[in-house]
Amino acid sequence: MHEMSVALAVVDQVEEAATRAGDVTAVRSVRLQVGELAGVVPDALAFSFELACAGTLLEGAELITEAVPGRARCTPCAHEWAVGMPPRLTCPACGGTRTDLLAGRELQILDVHWEDGLGPAHTPTREPIPEER
Amino acid sequence: MCRVVDLRQAVLAKNDASAHELRAHLAARGIAVVNLLSSPGSGKTALLERELLLARERAVPVAALSADLATENDAARLARSGVPVKQVLTDGLCHLEAGMLAGHLDGWLPDDTRLLFVENVGNLVCPASYDLGETLRVTLASVTEGEDKPLKYPTAFGLAHLVVVTKTDIAEAVEFDEAAFRANVEQVNPGVEVILTSARRGQGVGALLDRALAAVDGTPVHSPVMARQPHHHGHPHTHPEATGTMAHTHS
Ligand SMILES: Nc1nc2c(ncn2[C@@H]2O[C@H](COP(=O)(O)OP(=O)(O)OP(=O)(O)O)[C@@H](O)[C@H]2O)c(=O)[nH]1
Ligand SMILES: [Mg+2]
Ligand SMILES: [Zn+2]
Ligand SMILES: [Zn+2]
Ligand SMILES: [Zn+2]
Repeated sequence: MHEMSVALAVVDQVEEAATRAGDVTAVRSVRLQVGELAGVVPDALAFSFELACAGTLLEGAELITEAVPGRARCTPCAHEWAVGMPPRLTCPACGGTRTDLLAGRELQILDVHWEDGLGPAHTPTREPIPEER
Repeated sequence: MCRVVDLRQAVLAKNDASAHELRAHLAARGIAVVNLLSSPGSGKTALLERELLLARERAVPVAALSADLATENDAARLARSGVPVKQVLTDGLCHLEAGMLAGHLDGWLPDDTRLLFVENVGNLVCPASYDLGETLRVTLASVTEGEDKPLKYPTAFGLAHLVVVTKTDIAEAVEFDEAAFRANVEQVNPGVEVILTSARRGQGVGALLDRALAAVDGTPVHSPVMARQPHHHGHPHTHPEATGTMAHTHS
């Protein structure tokens, strides 16, 4: 099960963000977006997440997963459809094979809810953290 | 105090970054990686044995790395071809990651190599999520596994640049329905090429080597629908890249 590797990656990234922010005392919850075609089983992930958090700043943190249904769009005829599971990636309207996947492969951390020893923020709390890469 | 912090980070960002780095690094040396994915026992090693021998006959410098949970059996089989072979034991991990692969190549992969075949851990679920920096991802299924494999493992087949059917010598005995298999592949990966092989009888042997050589020579590989995404963040906004003045503040 690579859900454990995925859970460890989540814990790692949240810990890094917390270290960058400084003075984080506890993490309450992590919100994760999981696409239908991401190849990850949410239940297995929740189980692994609990184990991965043990002994870290995230101990006891809740994992909130938001499922993202797969959606596709046909380039020639512009038809849009829910791909379903197993996914249908050829166009159900015209049979075309030039398809754009609009959603469904997401596997990303949306946001984190944590406690810190810092005072009320001078900047809006939802300010995104600049990416490192 | 309590606060909500926006992260918007891809969970596999680190692996993806390592994969991109490895791909670029190898490309600069004229090397391409072929990542082979299948269920346990589909015949990855058997086909690879034939392809490596052929490469050697044609004097194409290739190497192979085989990842397994345990035993060095596959490497021993592959090494009989005479090309450089390395066995990686994943120590319980069900898939290879780009950083691990890069570490194993360091100081081992001969400089004149053109193709590195990587036999991933026999598993159709987990390895599918990890880009190894490959130029060609090949998903294999044997005729004994049922025509609906591509529908049961849509990410493994949906992200493949090439699909290989193995053990066609026993197709008749197991009543393999090739048309049904092809239709199922097409459903999850429209336009991908499917080749039929038998390591036992030699059918289709050489096709994998030819496709891999074409890829390392720069022939564009198939672009799977599942791997193509117009926008990764899943939120509406205009991109600052157009003006070139602002930095993209999320990943
Ligand atoms: N009939 C027939 N049997 C084959 C063929 N290729 C492989 N086999 C048999 O299938 C079994 C598994 O083959 P391997 O090449 O070890 O398969 P693998 O995918 O490398 O297996 P793992 O590395 O364990 O995942 C062996 O018993 C092979 O002899 C083939 O073309 N025809
Ligand atoms: Mg093998
Ligand atoms: Zn796994
Ligand atoms: Zn259409
Ligand atoms: Zn954006």
